[in-house]
Amino acid sequence: MANDEKNTVADEARRGWMGLLSRAPEARLMELWQAYGPQPGFDWLRRPEVGAVMVRGRMGGTGAPFNLGEMTVTRCSLALADGTVGHAYVQGRGKTKAEVAALIDALMQTPAAAALRVAVLDPLAEAMAEAKRDRAAKSAATKVDFFTMVRGED
Amino acid sequence: MAVPAQAAFGGGFADPAIEAARAFRAAMNVMAKPGEIRTLDTAVPPAPLSAAAGTLLLTLCDPETGVYLAGPCDTAELRGWLAFHTGAPVVAAAEADFAVGTWDDLQPLDQFRIGEAEYPDRSATLIVEVAALQPEGAALRGPGIKDVAHLSLPDLTAFQGNAMLYPLGLDFFFTCGGQVAALPRSTQVAEG
Amino acid sequence: MYVAVKGGERAIENAHAWLAEERRGDTSVAELSVAQIREQLALGVNRVMAEGSLYDPDLAALAIKQARGDLIEAIFLIRAYRTTLPRFGATLPVETGKMACDRRISATFKDAPGGQVLGPTFDYTHRLLDFKLAAEGEVAEAPRAEPREEATPHITEFLQGEDIIQREPESEAVPGDLTRQPMSFPAGRDIRLQSLTRGDEGFILGMAYSTQRGYARNHAFVGELRIGTVAVELDVPELGFAIEIGEVELTECETVNQFKGSKTEPPQFTRGYGLVFGQTERKAIAMALVDRALRWRELGEDFLGAAAQDEEFVLSHSDNIQATGFLEHIKLPHYVDFQSELELVRKLRREAGEDEAREAAE
Repeated sequence: MANDEKNTVADEARRGWMGLLSRAPEARLMELWQAYGPQPGFDWLRRPEVGAVMVRGRMGGTGAPFNLGEMTVTRCSLALADGTVGHAYVQGRGKTKAEVAALIDALMQTPAAAALRVAVLDPLAEAMAEAKRDRAAKSAATKVDFFTMVRGED
Repeated sequence: MAVPAQAAFGGGFADPAIEAARAFRAAMNVMAKPGEIRTLDTAVPPAPLSAAAGTLLLTLCDPETGVYLAGPCDTAELRGWLAFHTGAPVVAAAEADFAVGTWDDLQPLDQFRIGEAEYPDRSATLIVEVAALQPEGAALRGPGIKDVAHLSLPDLTAFQGNAMLYPLGLDFFFTCGGQVAALPRSTQVAEG
Repeated sequence: MYVAVKGGERAIENAHAWLAEERRGDTSVAELSVAQIREQLALGVNRVMAEGSLYDPDLAALAIKQARGDLIEAIFLIRAYRTTLPRFGATLPVETGKMACDRRISATFKDAPGGQVLGPTFDYTHRLLDFKLAAEGEVAEAPRAEPREEATPHITEFLQGEDIIQREPESEAVPGDLTRQPMSFPAGRDIRLQSLTRGDEGFILGMAYSTQRGYARNHAFVGELRIGTVAVELDVPELGFAIEIGEVELTECETVNQFKGSKTEPPQFTRGYGLVFGQTERKAIAMALVDRALRWRELGEDFLGAAAQDEEFVLSHSDNIQATGFLEHIKLPHYVDFQSELELVRKLRREAGEDEAREAAE
């Protein structure tokens, strides 16, 4: 049981960084990755492969699922010299982005995790959150403030 | 689900586009020419699966094909290997598009889908692991066979019954090590 | 009947070369980049993604460039490319209730929680040509306000609280996929929605408009229209859990339709639903209206003979690639076909002439 809980916490953390990497703008990710340091050696388990996933929606937003249309995704898997396996599923057709995402996924399971988080993941998350906030701020500025006109006498 | 050991991630096609195309051609040819035996040994699946059965699964399965793993075939290692390389879900026999196992483990055959009158293709393909695969034994006649072919089959009456269901029915691959042969539902089977 | 005809290779090659030159246009004018199309013709890109049924803005922009701005040709290119991609799986259903909304309006509740948020809309523009755009220039920054932190709730939730709107039955059933199995009728709502969301905008708009003009009349309110981004999650078998694999921009429209009740249903509001890739507002509203019209059978309504109620009519004719393929093939060589028709008409003419001559002689 305790083991399962530990797994869940580890899975949740991994979910977090994999999701962040998949949505990250490629240019910013590459910049941070190159600044981080030397590239570790690795073996391919699955070379970068461009494919699609079928995106589903729900009827009425909450009901039964239906197929909305596909989206391009690139995936790959690799193993570091010590055997740690990294996977990546990233939106779009960026094979280099997928490779870097898989490398980071693998390294995040090693003692390099803390340094990598500071050098790559945190700045990435901050930039993405800022972009999101800015968009939300523009949206908020277009919110209608209704006011009622005074009608009639008294 | 516990993530299987790294073994799950090995043993696939090194060059998927080329190797899958070659394997598909072999699979198509043996199905088109019942009784013909070909080599199919690119994949290295976890035990107890043969190289030929593993190569077939990698070539024919994807996230939209349900696979039934019969008997001792159903191991955590094989499930992990299949999930990584094909994304195919492991399903019950009655929902399977593909089933793999020994002849005894796959029984009874009537648990598999044989298609519908409108869509006879909505049926299962069975990958039967056999101890020996020889061009001798049962006599095969029908489309893709000039006169008669011979193949060591694990049974006779079962395949005769299956052929009676035509255009419905099951299709079979037989795998042994790195060898593969096939028997589609359109083939008439008689004692050799 | 088709007969292979040889020859014309050189003509075809030269036609392609000229097409490339025409595509480029006057070389003294700067060439358009794919990024420019993606950023500055974004609504065209959105339409190509929605009807091409593949979310990838760069590919859609490339297709528009290659098709010289012919959006149906661009959709054709995307559909063709789509078929070459291996499918890794299907995502978890997107949660539009958690959408990061750019725009969110309701025509039914003025004071809906979350408010009326206009977003980057054309609605209140005067539709006067803006000649300032003919010159290049800097764009003023859009104003910012304090961003909303929490998710914006769906409007229909409030009606549901009063139990006065039809509920969407919860289900985790695997939906049908018209790109995998041939369509058959009657089609489920899953297939209808998939067909409508990738259907031709003009066709869906025309069908929706026909319901407003009285064909299968169902008076629709836009309960809610929202545009924004949602996360896309995929169950990854080798991980054993779902991860976010990206995000997509969507337009969602929920209509609320008056309904007096039927043999099987009490008086209540019913719903139509539209969900489309990208900022595609007209299409999403039209989709919701047509969805509602097609639901007559499950709501126990009468079939009034309207085209928008006839799912065979709507679903079989909504796909612009199918339609254009069949339509345009008639311009390709039908020499043998026509030759036989010509022979037939000549023969009939000859016989008619002989009859006349005989009658005249008698």
